[in-house]
Amino acid sequence: MSRKYFHVVGKDIWKVDGRELVTGASVFTDDFSKPGMLFGKILGSPHAHALIRSIDTSRAEALPGVKMVLTHENVGGDGGRGRSPQFDRVAYTRAGQDYPEPSPLDYFLFDRKLRFHGDRVAAVAAETEEIATEALSLIDVKYDVQKPVLTPRDAFAEGAPVIHDEEDSKNIEDGGKNLCASVDVYLRDVEKGFEEADHVLEGTYTMQRVQHAQLELHAAITWLDQDRRLNVICTTQVPFHIRRQLAQVLGLSVGRIRVIKPRIGGGFGGKQEMIVEDVCSALTLATGRPVRIEMDRREDLVAARCRHAMEITCKTGSMKDGAFTAMEMIALVDAGAYGSHSPTVPTNTGNKNLTRYRCANMRYKFEAAYTTLFPTGAMRGYGACQGSFALECHVDEVAEKLGIDPVELRLGTTVREGDVDELSPHIYEVKTEPAGPVDPGEETGWPIDSCGLEECIVKGAEAIGWKEKRKAYDEQNASNPEILKGVGMCCLSQGSGVAGIDTANATVKMNEDGSVSLFIGAADVGTGGDTVIAQMVAETLGIEVPDVTVYAADTDITPFDSGAYASSTTYVSGGAALRAAEEVHDDLLAIASELLGEPAGSLELKERMIRSSRSDKEISLRDVAMHSLYKKKEQISHTAGFVSPVSPPPFGAQFADIEVDTGTGHVRVVEFVSAIDSGTIISPKLAEGQVHGAVSMGIGYALFEEMPVDNEGMQQVGGFYDYKIAKADGMPNMKTIFVETYEPSGPFGVKAVAELPTNGPAPAIGNALKHALGVRLYHMPFTPEKILRALGRM
Amino acid sequence: MKLKLTLNGEPKTFEIEPGDRLSDLLRREGFHGVKVGCSTGDCGTCTILLNGLPVLSCLMLAAQAAGESITTVEGLAPQDELHPLQIAFLDEGAVQCGFCTPGMLLSSFALLEENDSPSDSEIRESLSGNLCRCTGYENPVRAVRNAARKMRGES
Repeated sequence: MSRKYFHVVGKDIWKVDGRELVTGASVFTDDFSKPGMLFGKILGSPHAHALIRSIDTSRAEALPGVKMVLTHENVGGDGGRGRSPQFDRVAYTRAGQDYPEPSPLDYFLFDRKLRFHGDRVAAVAAETEEIATEALSLIDVKYDVQKPVLTPRDAFAEGAPVIHDEEDSKNIEDGGKNLCASVDVYLRDVEKGFEEADHVLEGTYTMQRVQHAQLELHAAITWLDQDRRLNVICTTQVPFHIRRQLAQVLGLSVGRIRVIKPRIGGGFGGKQEMIVEDVCSALTLATGRPVRIEMDRREDLVAARCRHAMEITCKTGSMKDGAFTAMEMIALVDAGAYGSHSPTVPTNTGNKNLTRYRCANMRYKFEAAYTTLFPTGAMRGYGACQGSFALECHVDEVAEKLGIDPVELRLGTTVREGDVDELSPHIYEVKTEPAGPVDPGEETGWPIDSCGLEECIVKGAEAIGWKEKRKAYDEQNASNPEILKGVGMCCLSQGSGVAGIDTANATVKMNEDGSVSLFIGAADVGTGGDTVIAQMVAETLGIEVPDVTVYAADTDITPFDSGAYASSTTYVSGGAALRAAEEVHDDLLAIASELLGEPAGSLELKERMIRSSRSDKEISLRDVAMHSLYKKKEQISHTAGFVSPVSPPPFGAQFADIEVDTGTGHVRVVEFVSAIDSGTIISPKLAEGQVHGAVSMGIGYALFEEMPVDNEGMQQVGGFYDYKIAKADGMPNMKTIFVETYEPSGPFGVKAVAELPTNGPAPAIGNALKHALGVRLYHMPFTPEKILRALGRM
Repeated sequence: MKLKLTLNGEPKTFEIEPGDRLSDLLRREGFHGVKVGCSTGDCGTCTILLNGLPVLSCLMLAAQAAGESITTVEGLAPQDELHPLQIAFLDEGAVQCGFCTPGMLLSSFALLEENDSPSDSEIRESLSGNLCRCTGYENPVRAVRNAARKMRGES
């Protein structure tokens, strides 16, 4: 379908929530309140690994204004202490995933054992935030401090403390060994591939923990309504999963809970998790009153979620001309204290990187260890980010070894439209296969139906001035070694939704004037999802976006949607809305056909009019809608669902132009180019904005974001004063080129855009640094200290 | 204690405790364009204009605003109208989650009052106290540039 025939799709329009956001309207979680609302605060563990020997809440409970204190003694199965109110001890996961969740069920509402600095010890509800905070300091806890476990190697070592030694957690791969999850899959025979190669190269790369640092803090407001149903407004990407998990952990039925997602101030995966909703709801059930909990920035930075830290070893066999004969990635993963997303994130690390290269023999292995550190979870890129740094730095090392330009090597080895992804069906997202070799002859791979990667690489290289700068900077660096310049690149791929699993539904209901009520379960967390989906519906029904009123992400009112993750909103949620809109479109044409006496096949709906191509007969959309509702007595309304059997990869290439001050070790990104194939682009400036934000996040990952701990496992960051994120005056000019392919499985030919561009800045900068310094850095972030050491100046 | 000040051009009297922060007072009174993202004066989501200058309201006691003139994003334009900066932010896709947006609008407003044709680096510097995790700053900078042009009367 040619883009020039689109009326709304492909155009820049005001976001449906734009006006309320620029005027500061009261639309975020913390803007709501309920009469009689209490304020909740959580007591975090002061130790990385400890058992609660005793906990005395009497002084806290005696403080005027304190209404409730909850501890592990309120959770059953703990020696029958029977402290009221009692909640059943239920093993659950807080990971926002479809049921049955692939994450281990290793959380409890409260537990006697604490597994990281900041883990949940107790919770208080009081009349004011100040009283609640004071009450925390009045809870007397005696801890039996245990030895911390600070790295995956320590976790797997003989005699390491067992972090999850409880009997009732489930789906941990081997708790006694601190092994949360693992995968070991091989396509054909990598050993043979290495033997056949002209060159075999191996390298090990490490990536640190980083945090989402979204500007809106995690928060929830919970209350019992007039019907005694539990209501929750919260900062979530996954309202339906929250509802189900609250039912599980609190012993309620799903139908007696309502979860509402209001406007969200950024999520990036950190809100694909139940962070405060369970404890806030428990306080509401215990007190009968509305309760509000909002984390402060320090809590958000140390006790919410973060990105998996990893050590990845890449090994490749290549021929002199650049063809790969074998590719292997082995990842050692730090899952932190709990296992949310730890079977699935590291699976993506291999799956969403190896599969953009043509190579018959592949192996991917990971082992994810529990440690007594900040629990990891979903974060934009979801494992692909870490693997991208490792593999794209490694491929540059191969290029150097072979004497081939990095751009040329990518052009010669990456996949094309029509290629088949043989690896994904076997390690995709959920480990369903036993470990071992895969015979692709028995399975059908996933065909790549749209791929603009080659064009992305070529256009991006041209835009940054690749050829000229690779040569010019070598000359400049020789004559001016004070400021070293470099240019580096990488290519990228991701997915669009989780194949066969991510589910979306939408209802399109026609009002009698031709305007539409659109009900979607999808969660717009600032991504513009509501807007993009409204554009698709408006396009289909020949109306404008202001004619579409979007109701979203309210578990009572909107149909089910898995939620905002895996880059699924445009592709999967949009797919459901498109199908519902098409059914409404067909109904409208059928009625118009009756009224005009023309066959439906000859009618077209455009600009709020239905016109015949065979005659000059026409009727307005409004007249058709009025006729349907008031004459035929039929409301035109359709609900449709969509689950995609495939997850078509968006592709891209990113290029970084940097300069290094060899006196201070400081790296400045001077220019950054992203060339992106996300299929059809529905809303150009919004899509561009997604790319820019992802790039700024990736630059922070590469250069200055990190979360150090001391020898006791104590988190060192406390706020934005020491956890630095990108600022306006520190960012380069960013150029974005969209290479628009057409993905047949996606509504209007779309693929995802949100996560992909996060994956490239780190390797592009890493490769640019090699160009600038002549020395490669393998361990992120590339701080001034590491640069100076690499230059031999420290 | 009673606090008297001018808020968005109107004289107001509020009942406050001595220890109240200005950000908490404003939010309590329904001015939710003032956000709290860090409470340590780092993120800029609490930005307001104090006598026309951008300041961090999470680092001010409400009492410090006595007798002063405060502007929040709600005061940028009369009801039902939008300031050229607000329009530019919407035109240029500079609003994603919107949490940093009120702060950015106020910082930019103050910049343009002082300098009606800022360079890109001047725009970036004026926004350097407003952290944003969504936009990478590129579209907001373009929005301010375009708004400035419009406000100068150029097309």
